[in-house]
Parts: sequence; structure tokens; C-alpha cells
Amino acid sequence: MNQVKQKLKGFMQHKEAWAVIGILIVLLFNVFFSPKFFQISFNNGHLYGSIIDVLNRGSSLVIVSLGMCLVIATRGVDISVGSVSAVGAMVAVFLLKSAGMAAAPAILCGLLAGLACGVWNGFLVAKLNIQPMIATLILMTVGRGIAQIISGGQILTINSKAYAFLGRGYVFGIPFPTIIMILVTLGVWLLTRKTSLGTSIEAVGINETSARYAGISTTQILWIVYIICGLLAALSGMIESANVSSADGNNNGLLLELDAILAVVLGGTSMDGGKFYLAGTVIGALFIQTLTTTIYTFGVPAETIMVVKALVVIFVVLLSTDRVKNAFAKLTERKKAGVENAG
Amino acid sequence: MKKNHWLTALIGIIAMLFLVAGCGSNSSASGSSKGGKVTLGFSQLGAESQWRTANTKSVQSAAKKNKKINMKFSDAQQKQENQISAIRNFIQQGVDVIAVAPVVETGWETVLKEAKDANIPVILVDRMIKGKNVDDLYSAWIGSDFTKEGRKAGDWLATYMKKQNKASEKLNIAYLQGTTGASAQVGRTKGFAEVAKTHSNWDIIEKQSGNFTREEGKEVMEAFMKSSGDKINVLVSENDDMTMGAIQAIQEAGKTPGKDITIISFDATNDGLQAILDGKMNADIECNPMSGNDVMKTAIALKEGKKVQKKVYVHESLFDIDNAKKNMPRPY
Repeated sequence: MNQVKQKLKGFMQHKEAWAVIGILIVLLFNVFFSPKFFQISFNNGHLYGSIIDVLNRGSSLVIVSLGMCLVIATRGVDISVGSVSAVGAMVAVFLLKSAGMAAAPAILCGLLAGLACGVWNGFLVAKLNIQPMIATLILMTVGRGIAQIISGGQILTINSKAYAFLGRGYVFGIPFPTIIMILVTLGVWLLTRKTSLGTSIEAVGINETSARYAGISTTQILWIVYIICGLLAALSGMIESANVSSADGNNNGLLLELDAILAVVLGGTSMDGGKFYLAGTVIGALFIQTLTTTIYTFGVPAETIMVVKALVVIFVVLLSTDRVKNAFAKLTERKKAGVENAG
Repeated sequence: MKKNHWLTALIGIIAMLFLVAGCGSNSSASGSSKGGKVTLGFSQLGAESQWRTANTKSVQSAAKKNKKINMKFSDAQQKQENQISAIRNFIQQGVDVIAVAPVVETGWETVLKEAKDANIPVILVDRMIKGKNVDDLYSAWIGSDFTKEGRKAGDWLATYMKKQNKASEKLNIAYLQGTTGASAQVGRTKGFAEVAKTHSNWDIIEKQSGNFTREEGKEVMEAFMKSSGDKINVLVSENDDMTMGAIQAIQEAGKTPGKDITIISFDATNDGLQAILDGKMNADIECNPMSGNDVMKTAIALKEGKKVQKKVYVHESLFDIDNAKKNMPRPY
């Protein structure tokens, strides 16, 4: 019994704990109110079910959030990810449609557009020392404008099967976006945990000046994280647009930045920078998607969706605050003391 | 530096001269209204969608064809301040009638009051305005009857079921709403609900907003398919974009759209009618941008001092497999 308690206590000390608990709460709700949520079948040669939907639709948010996580770890923030994802998608779709380009080079160009956006943000933050919120605000507004100019203000639609595969293909019955998500997660993990990049990022986030004195090229590190963030945002935008074979400069990735920031924070990474938690970020993003899919499956009236989402998020964020954590710790301690006294 | 100042001033003066000259020539143009011509100032909100572009084209070609009309057209590029200054220009130029397709609903009182004080009647196109006593500030509104569109969808479904001798069979309807609160959403939902109420065997089992976009239309439909995919026989979706997304979701769930699930949509875009021809969609209710002729007629009536209807609804059709091909390609 005590061992379980110890283990539980150890688990609660993990920063990722609250995102996990968030998902568990939502899943528990589904156990009672819509058990169909857990049905997974094999349909048309691929996996089919609500859980698969979460992993499928959630993958683009996971990808953006990983980039956001690195930026936040440097005590920055990139609020342009939604617009950048729209730009990436628009560039790829435009090249496919109007220039008759093949899918692979078009996707590459979309990524390049994301890279360019990242370079721009990195330039403003790292070189010109503009506050990240303000620096990325520029691209947040201008990005949608650029996407509109490319398409002439219209929604572009295409029929490319190869491009569509990016968003709704299946490999061995597993959704292709999910596979991309796993690869990107693995890539970011290797890049930050198997090289010194991760430590450098954390050092910049904890104290930029002392990091510089310690011999870390802070400019370079900042530039790298904004570029990664831009690249991943464009990739996620293309996945979303490939899913519906169209690009919509106005609506692609709308408010994506907020979901991404939320995923990172729920995952245990502090907005003050420093230590970052990739696993927590992935779980945080999947929590948000689980919530969305649950709301749609359960059938909450359209007018109240926002409020329901906000309430659940407030609840989970409250749980993760230090005050509630301390109260929780005290409670378990007192119980323990009580048990000992009785013994 | 000083030189530059002089240069700017010079350019400014020249520009002003041009403006004054412009005004002069314009007033002489409106003077030509003696010859029976009606000078109409039209302020379009911009070109945000293909639908809007079709609307602009309709207005422009109607003005060209109509020999009684002399139209001044202004594109506001989705900015209210541009529209307000365009209206002020029209007032200064002394046009006979002003028509506005307002970009937003609020903030029109002052400028429309100015038009009223100058005795220039105002026609609103497509969108409504809100505010204190705004009803006195315009003479007519021309646009779509969204509630009627919703009713049409319901009536079509009833006839379709009757044709297949399934009029009394139970129908499980999934309903994709547009952006909550948008006038197209409110009207269409209301109209369809009115008809659904009169059929006791119709049951709207799923109802959710897809925000008028493909992405969300698809995501919501995916969730519908998981929670009650075996039961749904009918999908009503409040615009073609959401429908396109939903069709993909239905196909990916292993069902045949248009067959297993009867699909009714709104807008009647080119993509929508193509889907009907492909058998993926069953009916599409038009949201007609071709209000040009109605605007011209109303403008002439207003100028001649005739009484006009406060609300003028444009004619809107319904497309299904019987008439889709004839009406392709669509202007939007």
C-alpha cells in the first residue's frame, strides 16, 4: 500500500503528470457517457475509431507544439505559428494548382516558406533583440495577408492524390499524419536530448546573459529554435490542408498559436523558459485533441463548445498550480500522519 | 530636407487641383440626370470570396445594360473606413441613390444620417446593419432570404422521400451548422427546423457547428460517423465548403455519400453542383449573388419617387440531379 502511495507521489512530482491526468479525466468521461469512443475497428484497410481520430487530427497540433515548446524554453513565444501554417499550406497548394508542380517539390517549397518565416522571426528576436511576442506578432498579421495575396483572396482546391496522402494517407493501416508526428517527435527528441542543443536552449531560457558568458552562442540558439518552429508550423499547415485538399488563407491554422501554447504549458514547461518537457507537450496536445473529439462525439451544442472547453482547461490548469499541488501534498501528508497516529 | 518639403507641398497642391477638377466633372455628370439617367453610387465591401466577385460582376453588368443607370463603383477592400469615405464622396458628388454592401453590421449611423440629410436614398445590399434607429436610415434592403433557403431544404427532403415511397420512414438527420450567430446560419437553421417540426418521423440526432470551413466540417462529420454513423440517413450542411469536408469523412468511414446518406447543402457553388453530378450530393440550395438587376430596379424606382419594398429578396433556385448540368458552370 505504502509502495503504491510512494509511486503515486513520485508520479505527481513529474511535470507531465497533469497533462496525463487531464487526458485520463476526459477518457474516463467517455467510459461512462460514450463507450463507443474506445471502439477500434479495421475499416477499408485502415484503423478506424475515435481514438484513431485523436491520433490523426491531433498530429498537426503535436507537431506545432513541439516547435513552440523549444521557443518557450528560451523564454520566448511564437504567436505566428497559425499564420505560418497557412502560408506553408498556401504555397504548396498554389504551386500544385497553378504551377503544375509535383507533390514532393511543392511540399518542399511549403517547408521552405516555413523556414523563411522562421528565419525572419529569428532575425527579429535574436539579432534585433525585439521582444518575441511583438516580433512574431508581425508575421501573425502579415502571414495571412501573404497567403491571401498568393491565392488572390480565394480558397484554393486541388485534386492531387499524392498531396492528399500527406493528410489522409495510411501506411499499414496507420494514418500517415500520425507517422509523421512520431517521426518529428523522435527527431526533435534526438536533436535536443542527444546533442548539447537541449541544454543550450535551457541555458538561454534560464539566463541569457550567463549563458553567453558560459560560451553559448545565444544568437545562434535563438535563431535555431525559431527556424525549427517555423518549419514545423508549415509542415502542420500542409498536413491540415492536405486532409481536405484545399488551402484557405483566412481559416487555416486559425488560433493554432493558442492551442500550441496551451499544450506546452499543460505539458509542464513554464512560460518563464528553462527546462522543457517534450513528452509533456505531446501529451498536452493530445489532451486538447481528445477534448475536441470528445465534445464533437458526445454532441455538446455548438453555442456552448467554447465554454465547455474553457472550463475543462481551467480545471486542469488550476490542478497544476503550485498552491493546489501544495494543498494536495499537505492532504496526503496529514492522512499519512493520521494513519501513523492510529497505528 | 527643405527642398523635399516644398516638393511634397507642390505635389499636394497638384493633387488637390485634380480632386477639385474631378469633383467638377462629376457634378456635371450628375447634372446629366436631367436626361433621365439615375446616378448610382455603389460601395462594394471588397472581393473576399468568389461569391462576392460574382456579386460585383452582376452589379456592374446590370448597370452597364441598364440605359437609365450611370453607376460609380467603389471597392472598399474589406475596410469600413473606406466605405464610409466612399459614401461621403458620393454625397458630395450629389449622386441620386447610394447602394452599400456593408462590410460590418455596426457603425453606420453617422454617415447614413449625412446621406439622409442630403436627401439621398440608401439601398443596402446582401448584409443588414444594426444600431439605434437604423431602420429609418435606409430605403430598401436587397438580399437572400436565409430562412426561406432553410425551408426549401426541408421541403425538398420531404418531396424526395415521398418520391421513393419512404415518406413515413424514420429519418435520422445529422446537421452541420455554420458559424454560430452568422445570419446565414441563424436563418437556415430556423427555416429547416420549421419544416422538420412538421414531420414527426424526422429526428435531428446530431447538430454541431463546422464554422463554414472544410476542415471543421470534416472533423465534425468524422465525430458524427463515430457516434452514430450507422443511424444517419440524411446530412444537412449549411454551406458547400463544410459539405465537401463531410463527404470525405463519410467516404473514409466506408459509406457512400449521396446514397447511404442523402446530402443537402447550401450556396450552390461550382464544386457543389459538380458533387451533385458525381452523385455525392443530392440537393444544393442557391444563395444567389446576382442581385444586380434588383439593385438597378430599386434605384430607378427610388429616384422616380415610387414606393419600394423595404425588403427585396433575390430569386433563388434549388439544384438537384435534374437541373444541375444545365446550370454549370456556376459563376462562383
